[in-house]
Amino acid sequence: MIPLSWYLILSAVLFTLGVTGFLVKRNLITVFMSIELMLNAVNLSFVTFAHLWDPVKGQVFVFFVMMVAAAEAAVGLAIIISVFRARATLAVDQIDLMKL
Amino acid sequence: MHLILFILFAGLAIAGALNMLLQKHPINSALSLIVVMTSLAVLYLMLGAEFLAAAQVIVYAGAIMVLFTFVVMLLNAGREERTLGSKASWSVGFPAAVAILAIIASVILKAQGLGNAMLGDKITSTEQVSAVLFKELVLPFEVTSVLVLIAILGAVALARRGDGEERKDRR
Repeated sequence: MIPLSWYLILSAVLFTLGVTGFLVKRNLITVFMSIELMLNAVNLSFVTFAHLWDPVKGQVFVFFVMMVAAAEAAVGLAIIISVFRARATLAVDQIDLMKL
Repeated sequence: MHLILFILFAGLAIAGALNMLLQKHPINSALSLIVVMTSLAVLYLMLGAEFLAAAQVIVYAGAIMVLFTFVVMLLNAGREERTLGSKASWSVGFPAAVAILAIIASVILKAQGLGNAMLGDKITSTEQVSAVLFKELVLPFEVTSVLVLIAILGAVALARRGDGEERKDRR
């Protein structure tokens, strides 16, 4: 028997680690991975609250989040590839202009 | 039993996320992110979300992370170098992240009556999820399929090499 708040704390810790990675990492791909980590942490808290209140509706919401995350990953990685073609670098410090 | 499983997989998730932060090479970060996502799938299973555990493994740990590792290998991404910006982001970003964690944790710990999770309690079968998804929420589901189609077209259009003129030149 585990208090549900433990799951929420775990979700908060994972979200914070994702935020830290987003702010601290200097590689475009790793920054993008941190966004995925944040999405996963939010999904965990969705599932926890679904367990608490409405199991089915909450899980359907997580399913939609997963679909949007998959679409976002595909488009984001395509953008990363085209940025790399234009700049030949992945360092976020050097990618600070939208113009070529 | 439940406590051991929770501590094991929660620890694995946090260790994987920390490792993702500390590794310098993107491929190591990608592999530790797979560990995080797989242990999250086990946690979903412990919360009774059978379908989501399977979807987490297939969609996240399978599809999305394969995409990530392929892009890392395709772009031949090397170790990230330390710059002035990275030092500044550590000194500013780390306290900001600690503040965010403190705020969220204080809100969660203040909340009363969250109750407990029992192993094998409130298991939601895939049948129940699909009954809601395909009857009540069928319109959002179809809209999502349009979104995925647009994402596919966008990814192809963005990642295509050059435009038409370049191809003519090559011939």
